[in-house]
Amino acid sequence: MLFLSADTDARFAKLGHQLMCMCGCNQILLECNHVGCAYSERMRNELTAGLERGDSDSLVLQSFVQKYGNTVLAAPTSTGFNVFAWIMPFLVFGLATAMAVWLVKMWRSRPVAQPVARPNLNSAELDALRKKAREETDF
Amino acid sequence: MPQIGSFTLLLALALAAYSFVGGALALYRKDDRLTETARRAGIACWAAVTIAAFALVMAAFGNDFSVAYILHHSNRDLPIAYKFAALWSGQEGSLLLWAWLLSTYGLVMRLRYKVDPQLTAYASAIVAAVQVFFLLLINFAAHPFGLVKGTIPPDGNGLNPLLQYPEMVIHPPMLYLGYVGVTAPFAFALGALIMKYPGEKWIHITRRWTMVAWMFLTCGIFLGAHWAYEVLGWGGYWGWDPVENASLLPWLTMTAFLHSVMMQEKRGMMKMWNMWLIFTTFLLAIFGTFLTRSGVVSSVHAFAQSGIGTWFVWFLALSFATCVYFFVRNRETLRSEHRLDSLVSRESSFLFNNLVLLVSCFAVLWGTLFPVLSEWVTGSKVTVGPPFFNRVNVPIGLFLVLLTGVGPLLAWRQTSLDSLRRNFLVPTVLMMVAAVALIVGGMRPWHDSSYFYSLMAIALSVFVVATVAGEFWRGGRVIARQQHVSVASGMVQITRRNTRRYGGYLVHLGVVLVIIGFAGLPFNQDKEQEMGFGDKMQIAGYTLVCQSYTQDDKPNYESEWAVIDVYKNGKKLDTMFPERRFYKASEQTATIVANRSRLNEDLYLVYTGRNPDTGKPIIKAHVNPLVMWIWIGVHLLLIGTIIAMLPSTKPARYAVGVRERARSAEAVTTGD
Repeated sequence: MLFLSADTDARFAKLGHQLMCMCGCNQILLECNHVGCAYSERMRNELTAGLERGDSDSLVLQSFVQKYGNTVLAAPTSTGFNVFAWIMPFLVFGLATAMAVWLVKMWRSRPVAQPVARPNLNSAELDALRKKAREETDF
Repeated sequence: MPQIGSFTLLLALALAAYSFVGGALALYRKDDRLTETARRAGIACWAAVTIAAFALVMAAFGNDFSVAYILHHSNRDLPIAYKFAALWSGQEGSLLLWAWLLSTYGLVMRLRYKVDPQLTAYASAIVAAVQVFFLLLINFAAHPFGLVKGTIPPDGNGLNPLLQYPEMVIHPPMLYLGYVGVTAPFAFALGALIMKYPGEKWIHITRRWTMVAWMFLTCGIFLGAHWAYEVLGWGGYWGWDPVENASLLPWLTMTAFLHSVMMQEKRGMMKMWNMWLIFTTFLLAIFGTFLTRSGVVSSVHAFAQSGIGTWFVWFLALSFATCVYFFVRNRETLRSEHRLDSLVSRESSFLFNNLVLLVSCFAVLWGTLFPVLSEWVTGSKVTVGPPFFNRVNVPIGLFLVLLTGVGPLLAWRQTSLDSLRRNFLVPTVLMMVAAVALIVGGMRPWHDSSYFYSLMAIALSVFVVATVAGEFWRGGRVIARQQHVSVASGMVQITRRNTRRYGGYLVHLGVVLVIIGFAGLPFNQDKEQEMGFGDKMQIAGYTLVCQSYTQDDKPNYESEWAVIDVYKNGKKLDTMFPERRFYKASEQTATIVANRSRLNEDLYLVYTGRNPDTGKPIIKAHVNPLVMWIWIGVHLLLIGTIIAMLPSTKPARYAVGVRERARSAEAVTTGD
């Protein structure tokens, strides 16, 4: 690998973590540790060459996609159907939160049982109620 | 041995089938004698599966290469411990281990039937049904005792080198104990639903089984992470691989259940939710197994793939249909008894905790399956790797950490503003101090989102530690005043008096330490260099000097390694030996990482290979901050879980003054 400037070095690390090694190991390009891997060494050199040419980040990634296909990108892009990959978890989070708030409101709106008269409890019954209260606040 | 194994597996299938059909019939007819025979058949089934598992292990020990499974997963020079591990190193053997563990859970359940004979009878029949599925699979789709056709080779193909590591001997059984363990709470929950169980006793029984399964699954997941870190040699411990994700899914739902179940126990709320959490956990455990073995998604765990996925799809569909059927039929028994009094209460914190855990579960599942979905919809496959999972799950995880700190400080039913101010003031101040200290110390959260998340993770962790420490302190101080002992001794006593609550706090502390370990990730550094005699490499303040490199030949493998001296500020700290092995039988290589682990950072050296031109070794060095906190956190987490499972001791009775009583009451109110 050629020596790169500090800025290019940082870009190499950043882009190298956005790409997958295509040897089938399912690892991030810069994390592929197979000895004699037929792909990772070549792909790293291609990445270095792209940075040396002064290509922008998107151009570098695009050239990899053209050569190796969509699966070379470690995460889906934010275009087309891939948008769903990104929005669904947050959409579900939003919907679930709305549902939880609705559930809480519904629970709160349930009528509370009103005491009809002052209960006349003996000490054993009071003890039982105290025990229940203790248990309910045990955690 | 193969004949004994084959016969006992068939016998086990017959016994499991009797235990299921006989048990179900007995419950329908209310025939106690038939119930007892079904229970005994279940126990006998364990004996049969045990003999079969023993037969396979003995075949491995005896180098019986007439058994195809032994031929493919063992060899003569394989060390004895790994021959034992061969039982779960391949598809057929691991399914046999699964069946054996399920039988063992069933055995414990059936032996302890007096806890609740009627409910256990239902649960036993359900476990037997699951046993029937796995034994059918083993007998007819993935037989571990299949024989080699033609000439028997003199030696086997050997065990996958990646599995020849001590942790690999315990990681799969732990993981399976977790996966399989889910069946027990599922069986109790479904049984309770079918029989319209009166009261909440079933939930107490189920909760303990769930904790056991959760503990094993946690242990299995982190053993896997540690194995990946120490063996795979890529410098990380979690790669968001589909198979790793598959283990996380039931763990997340089980964690949600362990929290929300308290609402059912204490307030009679969320009964339907809890029932479905357990059902979902079981279904996800089966789904995870399907994902691991079907090959439907690409995974680094390719050794576990085969064509038995269809069996799992059918079983999954049947299990889901059964759950839906009984839920629809008996859902009236699952009505909530209480209402929620306030949004600012322990109940609502559990509700949101569940919500976040399930959203996280969905995000992991969605990311794992999205490549399949994308290919199906657009015809083009995409990769969903670590950048996606990190970006989606880290914010969700941070919200969960916040809830971990907030939840225990809220009272059941309703929390007053005054109580909120009193309980949150110190932890919030400490959290802000931690954030400012990190920024002053050089962390720049505005430079990169990963730095921001790291700062948030550490600050929120401080918040949680402060709340948990406050809980221990308040409880310990009350006991110390009452009994005139030290606060530390008071803390021990309060933990023993309420193991579940304080054990739970220790689990939270463990989780926080794990989070702190994760927070070091954005600051990882690595460097790769060819290193001949006397060559130096500089990384993160360390100077690495190659003293020598050599090779060796052992019966099972050939190895080459380097001797690297480690210096910092001119002072020699250590000598490390990164190694690479070539396993002869399987003709595969594996790395043996040299790792110098300290509280602040790991220096992690990998022997990646040799330059074919110069013959010099190529060493990759990683400096990974805070990783050790992950493993410390896991230990604390497991200790906390064990404590939470222990029964609480009764407090000693003694006379207490009015003022003391008032203080105790205040502490209890504050704590809850």
